[in-house]
Amino acid sequence: MNINLLTLSEITGVAGEAGDFTVTVRKKPRYIDMDKCIACGICAEKCPKLVSDEYNAGTARRKSAYIQYGQTVPLKYAIDPDTCIFIQKGKGKCLACEKFCPTGAINFQDKEELLEFNVGAVILSPGHKSFDPSGIDFYGYKTIPDVLTGLEYERMLSPSGPVRGHLEKPSSGKTPENIAWIQCVGSRNTNQCDNGYCSSVCCMYAMKQALVTETHIPGGGRQTIFFMDMRCHGKEFELYYNYATERGIRFIRARPHTIEPGPGGSGVAMEYFTEDGRKVREEFDLTVLSTGLEAPRDAIDLAEKTGIRLSPYRFAETGGFEPVFSSKEGIYIGGSFAGPMNIPTAVANASAAAGQAARALVSARNTLTKQKTYPPEFNLTGQKPKIGVFVCSCGVNIAATVDVNALVDYAKTLPGVAYAENNLFSCSTDAQKQLADVIRKQNLNRVVIAACSPRTHEPLFQDTLMEQGINGYLVEMANIRNHNAWVHQKNPEQATQKAKDQVRMAVAKAQTLYPLERMEVPVVGRSLVIGGGVAGMSAALGLADQGYDTVLVEHSGELGGNAKNLHTTARGEPIRPMLDKMIRDVQNHPKIDALTNARVLNATGSVGHFESDIEAGGETRRISYGAAVLATGASESVPDEYRYGTDDRVYTHLGFDRLMTETPEKAAAAGSAVFIQCVGSRDEKRPWCSRLCCTHSVKAALDLKEKNPEMDVFILYRDMRTYGLNEDLYTRARNAGVLFIRYDLENKPQVAAEGDDLIVRVFDPVSRKKIAIDTDLLILAAAVVPNNVEELVNIYRCATNQDGFLNEAHPKLRPVDMAADGLFVAGIGAYPKPIGESISQAQAAASRAGAILAQPVMHLDAIKSHVTQYCDGCAICLDACPYDAISITTHAQNGRTAKRVETDKALCKGCGICQAACPKGGILVHGFTIEQLQAQVHAALDLPQAMTAS
Amino acid sequence: MARDFEPKIIGFLCNWCAYAGGDLAGVMRIQYPPGMRAIRVMCSGMVPPDLVLEALVKGADGVIVMG
Repeated sequence: MNINLLTLSEITGVAGEAGDFTVTVRKKPRYIDMDKCIACGICAEKCPKLVSDEYNAGTARRKSAYIQYGQTVPLKYAIDPDTCIFIQKGKGKCLACEKFCPTGAINFQDKEELLEFNVGAVILSPGHKSFDPSGIDFYGYKTIPDVLTGLEYERMLSPSGPVRGHLEKPSSGKTPENIAWIQCVGSRNTNQCDNGYCSSVCCMYAMKQALVTETHIPGGGRQTIFFMDMRCHGKEFELYYNYATERGIRFIRARPHTIEPGPGGSGVAMEYFTEDGRKVREEFDLTVLSTGLEAPRDAIDLAEKTGIRLSPYRFAETGGFEPVFSSKEGIYIGGSFAGPMNIPTAVANASAAAGQAARALVSARNTLTKQKTYPPEFNLTGQKPKIGVFVCSCGVNIAATVDVNALVDYAKTLPGVAYAENNLFSCSTDAQKQLADVIRKQNLNRVVIAACSPRTHEPLFQDTLMEQGINGYLVEMANIRNHNAWVHQKNPEQATQKAKDQVRMAVAKAQTLYPLERMEVPVVGRSLVIGGGVAGMSAALGLADQGYDTVLVEHSGELGGNAKNLHTTARGEPIRPMLDKMIRDVQNHPKIDALTNARVLNATGSVGHFESDIEAGGETRRISYGAAVLATGASESVPDEYRYGTDDRVYTHLGFDRLMTETPEKAAAAGSAVFIQCVGSRDEKRPWCSRLCCTHSVKAALDLKEKNPEMDVFILYRDMRTYGLNEDLYTRARNAGVLFIRYDLENKPQVAAEGDDLIVRVFDPVSRKKIAIDTDLLILAAAVVPNNVEELVNIYRCATNQDGFLNEAHPKLRPVDMAADGLFVAGIGAYPKPIGESISQAQAAASRAGAILAQPVMHLDAIKSHVTQYCDGCAICLDACPYDAISITTHAQNGRTAKRVETDKALCKGCGICQAACPKGGILVHGFTIEQLQAQVHAALDLPQAMTAS
Repeated sequence: MARDFEPKIIGFLCNWCAYAGGDLAGVMRIQYPPGMRAIRVMCSGMVPPDLVLEALVKGADGVIVMG
């Protein structure tokens, strides 16, 4: 209700300034009336014009009347004016869609509109585009049929793609068994294209495709990935790499230099050099080019219209400490427009952009938001179910397969049914009015809608009921379209029989429905932030600037965390001045109460209303809050190898940054410096990649070279993971003469003191020789280890992963929410990341927490567990509940103390595992009780209704 | 077994995945035999084992729990 979604639209201009922009939008004609379109797809079925399907990366064809894919939002068809026969050729041509559209939604009079909006802030998230390798002949793309891009192959693998996941060689249609991936196509490449950056996502998607491929080929086939560095720098990505290796995916560190058609024009023949210099020729059935990401096609145009600056790669320029700020105040960047990034980073960035916009617009909050109100509900207590059944024809979508008239007649014979009718479109505005009239006239108290999916349409019918003063949970849907008419088109008789069964099941369930209440939770408009590092402080400032009182709890004696020891960001921005300002802002903010030497002792309650005792400086105080952000941080591990701690020439990253900040001249005086990567990361003890160290070492090496160009600087690494735009630093470091030597976990460098000399010995895989480096400085990229959060995990009943990093609710789509509502995670306590990413994640957490705190009262869904009289407190459900929503209580019963469980409605997600675990019906989920499920089972088997009662 | 035998299968479909998959199969017009009767649940974990057995005892030819 508060989002105005404009499709087929583009910005034509942005005038004004932050807080008062005028945005003009060109809305192109859709030629289909969105209010009338019911997404039945008949226009596409009847449209005679076939064109290339961009969603399937050109591997399939679609019609001129189309939807891009099955889950489009809004789910409404459109006509593509560039290919439509009528639009192109005019009068008297085609019009098949108009002729067959059952709702009259086709509108060829539709015109382009120019719209104007007055807004306070603008968020740009146009995404990226996939690199097109067709201009580069050496890959053989478009000339060798069995060479595909990553996106084309993705569609081929997809069960919803053109071949439904049944792999085919384009040359022969046979199943490919031996497939190769070539990494860095259109990334890390300034020869064949200008994309010097790393696309950040391709190593992972190639591995995923390889592993999925294994399950799509009988016998598993054989998968080979040709790579330069495997970049598995995300949370638990290294584990995935290990798993792929265990599964037998072949990883070859090489770039094939010759790619030719295979024998007889089928398959692909490749030549490459192995690391030890052998030339190999190999044939594959199929080759996938792991194509990278590029700035969107219209990036320059968009930048000109909005007045923002772009980076040389045409991504939006953003600040190191302000990761979602564009160069223009009031315009924010969400997602991969700021540079290549994976889904969780893009989602977090977008939340951060929303949060920053909310922060800027705080004075205008709730001035334009709308809320719907309903009449009071009738009390239906004691009334017998009086059910109305509404059978939708959905134009011809249902009616062409299911005999809807027979279905209405049948429905009338079912017990409890007082009324049944057929509608052409039950969801249309007219039918909704008719439904409301019938409910009133017939005094209906239960409604069954036999139409499409409750997942898309139940809220609409619930709304209609609520507008009539009837509880919204008294409607049940029978999905006779998606689950029946559309999937049994050649079987109308059995489809009609199935529809009767579905209606009978829905009626049986409707008889058992009872009104449900959406619980209201008053929200405490205060937040708690745990951790006073950069992430915690960013979150606190984000929340306080949105207007919420915030308590910041830091366990140590001062704010600042790890950043106190950091020198510069990867872009060279000095960290100390930024940090000092951030600390001042936190300490001076009227809405932030920053407590040092403090800890959270306990927590009760749930989303909207938590309470905790907080100990600070010897005193304990109790606070209530609506949401909390956990920014508990991580620390640099203490290396137990490479002479660390016994030789003062050996530093960790933080130690080295201190040296560079405090006595840079001492560092510059060194004649040579060696960096060793993955010290304590990516090994058996700590299987994760610490993500930030490769970039940090490369930046530090460049700093040393800048101070003393004569210095010999070496970086000993396993895979160079300078992901995204950081790749430029790696290129610059190589150009500056920094020497990179790769080593394996089985063949680690050795460090020894020989006389006064510090000697590093390592096997160089290029020269095939063991070399010795006499160095003055040795800098170890020590692993990032999470701080101990055991106490907080117990207090908040949240979870960490096997490595001790805090878990998010969903690794891709909910990257800053924790599994329990109202709790959020930010910073390196979630996984290692550089400072800019920590800030963006913290701003995202503040934004998500702000969405809870902004409402005075939260409405919880009514589909929740509840305890019945049969509960005897056996507590089996306690362990079964994945959300820790159940606790045990005691009460007096017949003069004795009895036990019983209790559910926390705010924590319960309504999954009902408790209900399945309970041996005695002591705990049930509203709307899906055992009796309700049983009624459906009995009705499905056409057992007499009387048996339902047994 | 007779060739025209059409088994009656009770399906418990998780609202978030299998039921959504059923919806998508519809959008894509993927044709499949009409023998299953779907019951939407909020999680496949909410289906009581007793009910699965009861369905089989009372005449279902099969039960499929998808989630």
